[in-house]
Amino acid sequence: MRLEKRHRQSAFALVLAPVGAVAFTMLVSALLVLWAGAPVTRTYGLLLQGGFGSVFALSETLTRAIPLILTGLAATVAFKARLFNIGAEGQLYAGALAAVAVGGLHSGTGFDQVPMPLLFALMMLAAALAGALLLLGPALMKQRLGVDEVVTTLLLNFIVLLLVSMMLDGPMKDPTAMGWPQSVALIGDLELSKLIAQTRVHSGLLWGAGLALGVWALMKYTVLGFDIRAVGANARAAAFAGVPVTRTVALVAMLSGALAGLAGAIEVAGRTGYVTLDMSPGYGYSGIVIAMLAALHPLGVVLASVFVAGVLVGADSMSRAIGVPTYIADVIVAASLISVLVATLLTQYRVRWK
Amino acid sequence: MPDTVLKLHGITKRFGRLVANDDISLDLRRGEVLALLGENGAGKSTLVSILFGHYLADAGDITVFGQPLAPGDPKASLAAGIGMVHQHFTLADNLSVLDNVMMGSEPLWLAFTRKRAARRRLDEVARQFGLSVDADARVGSLSVGERQRVEILKALYRGARILILDEPTAVLTPQESEALFVVLAQMVAQGLSIIFISHKLAEVLRVSQRIAVLRGGKLVAQAQARGTTQAQLAQWMVGHAIDVPRRRPAPHAGQTVCELRGVSTAPARERLLEASLTLRSGEIVAIAGVSGNGQVALAELLSGTRAAIGGEVHFLGRPLPAEPSQLVAQGVARIPEDRHAVGVVGDLPVWENAVSERLRSTAFSRGFWVRRGAARAHAQHILSAFDVRGAGADAPARALSGGNMQKLILGRALLHPASTAVHTVTPRLIVAHQPTWGLDIGAVAYVQEQLIAARDAGAAVLLISDDLDEVLTLGDQVAVIHAGHLTDARPATAWTREAIGLAMAGAPAGMTQPVEVAA
Repeated sequence: MRLEKRHRQSAFALVLAPVGAVAFTMLVSALLVLWAGAPVTRTYGLLLQGGFGSVFALSETLTRAIPLILTGLAATVAFKARLFNIGAEGQLYAGALAAVAVGGLHSGTGFDQVPMPLLFALMMLAAALAGALLLLGPALMKQRLGVDEVVTTLLLNFIVLLLVSMMLDGPMKDPTAMGWPQSVALIGDLELSKLIAQTRVHSGLLWGAGLALGVWALMKYTVLGFDIRAVGANARAAAFAGVPVTRTVALVAMLSGALAGLAGAIEVAGRTGYVTLDMSPGYGYSGIVIAMLAALHPLGVVLASVFVAGVLVGADSMSRAIGVPTYIADVIVAASLISVLVATLLTQYRVRWK
Repeated sequence: MPDTVLKLHGITKRFGRLVANDDISLDLRRGEVLALLGENGAGKSTLVSILFGHYLADAGDITVFGQPLAPGDPKASLAAGIGMVHQHFTLADNLSVLDNVMMGSEPLWLAFTRKRAARRRLDEVARQFGLSVDADARVGSLSVGERQRVEILKALYRGARILILDEPTAVLTPQESEALFVVLAQMVAQGLSIIFISHKLAEVLRVSQRIAVLRGGKLVAQAQARGTTQAQLAQWMVGHAIDVPRRRPAPHAGQTVCELRGVSTAPARERLLEASLTLRSGEIVAIAGVSGNGQVALAELLSGTRAAIGGEVHFLGRPLPAEPSQLVAQGVARIPEDRHAVGVVGDLPVWENAVSERLRSTAFSRGFWVRRGAARAHAQHILSAFDVRGAGADAPARALSGGNMQKLILGRALLHPASTAVHTVTPRLIVAHQPTWGLDIGAVAYVQEQLIAARDAGAAVLLISDDLDEVLTLGDQVAVIHAGHLTDARPATAWTREAIGLAMAGAPAGMTQPVEVAA
């Protein structure tokens, strides 16, 4: 068996690919549901209803989608320039810590003179900067020394988590938390407003959507956007055409890290109110999946985030009702990613048996 | 016919709507060199890939020594006695000649290798065909010509009776090519059969007994080499008569535009060593040499992608700017050697590639933002002025054929957007590295005409080429590069082919007497 490059991509294949990918995902998941001894259609129905079926379900899905949009954008921007940032998880935590350091640590001591809108801006800026600086090092090491950024960014995640752990037990420990490892709380005035009363969905959604639009416009309409795409597609040709490659990679790293850092700040300001060690169930890593599902399209990231969040939230409620383990959500997300990747491959290559 | 060793019958291969091979039937006889002539994309590579089992034909069959050949199976082709020498060698540099020859023909499960027997067999094969080579030499230390010999030995060692050579002279000096032709003659005299793939007319007539011409996937002509002319072959290849650019000397050389004085670049695979060169307005300086002798360093130096570590480079009386965008802004037009890997970003649209060099100028951007309207208009202008066909402005650049891609790069380099015309509309200096490599005859003529036209309009042109014919046709002055050293540039008419060949091989410059060439 081998792959032959298709000289032309047929329109039929381009339509068939995503449809086939969805069908394959449903099939694989259905087999597992059957294995778990549950009725397939009812399981899917419950899952869909739990994720999207009511105002409450939808609000939970959107709440879950907010950090995914931001980490998805972080991965998208970096991958476009072929900077493989696997460290969004660490950058998210760094952003969350920075947000609380600015907006919570000194509550009532020194910052109460600062007007709230300014403090809010400072908090977001600090979070973005924390994420940005965290990725700048690996990016420069990649450009200057040829150090593989996959390794460095991945390993930095563990370092950052240990740092968070240290801070939560030390300087940023919440004295009122009865020994639970959590940070001091953010000033109440800095918290993001709720979009719908009685739900958890907050204005971080607008930040996510706005930043997605911004990244899309940056990629399409600006010189930097061209530089990023050119460096990612062919760095040698980009350099020949006069693109400052190292500077572009550094800027991409700052941008990607900043987006992931903002994910942390927005989670703190919109949902948790303080930093804990389990505030992200792997949002940084899910961002990679979402970026790939969206084929690195910034607006596609929003849709992919809502899809993944819906599956995760829906699986929770489905599991309570019918007893299929929530892991089915991970299977669905993973299977859909693999199917989309294979489907994309098949639009470009044909399989020859023998 | 008893002496037919290979018979292709009705071979057809489609890629989507493209018919790469259309009902090709061809015989190869014992003891002959059959040249397979055609432009890029004519279907030569597809045909030999089918023959060697890399591709599966959609229709047709192959008979080797009277036996049908199992399709799509390289092992079957090898076993049937078909050997292939690729243009890019498939040798391990860090192993000896003997190891390379044995590699792949020894069973993997044996605990020991049968080196002694292998050495005996290699010696025997080498002697039989007059291919002397040191079996213990490390391949990395061999010259390109010797490596090619190892490739040929490897095929013969495996019992090849039919040898396919894919553009074998592309990497050789004229003397090495001549030596190869002698070896090939010896091989066919011993009863081997050879398929010789090329797009160079002169060498095809020189080396082969029979010539088959492919065009657009079809076999358009078969002829005996004797009695056929280059003009006739060219007409078959392209389908109509061709005006090949003739030597057209420069009216006069003007002022110095660019000057290299004792320039060296950092040690790398290729470097320059104390190279000096003067480029004048209205003059083409052609650099001949076997690729890999510093051409890349020279081209990159003047393209702004490599720095000098010693010596001086002056451009219009000032030090040469370091950044590609500054070079372009000051009137340096650059045509890189590898158009796919360096010339364009294949995944990005044609229009973005058309303005990529000048994107940072005020013509195409306003601060942070790209002036998409102006950029697209200029791209469209390039596409029509330079007759770029095959894909629109929004298609990815990799969809362009080689010739059209080169026209796009030419247009990008040569056509100033009106609003940034600082000094003149034509560039001051053109750095063209292998500008016609791999192009079809029509595109070659077009590119060469553009270079001549730019020279006549007053540009200084540096042409770096492996193709000696091109160097001698276009160059007003010719210099030779070897191991990073440049000879003095002399008028093209003052060089003989032999002298250039010797300088390419590193003989001391200054030998203009024709010297006897060892075959």
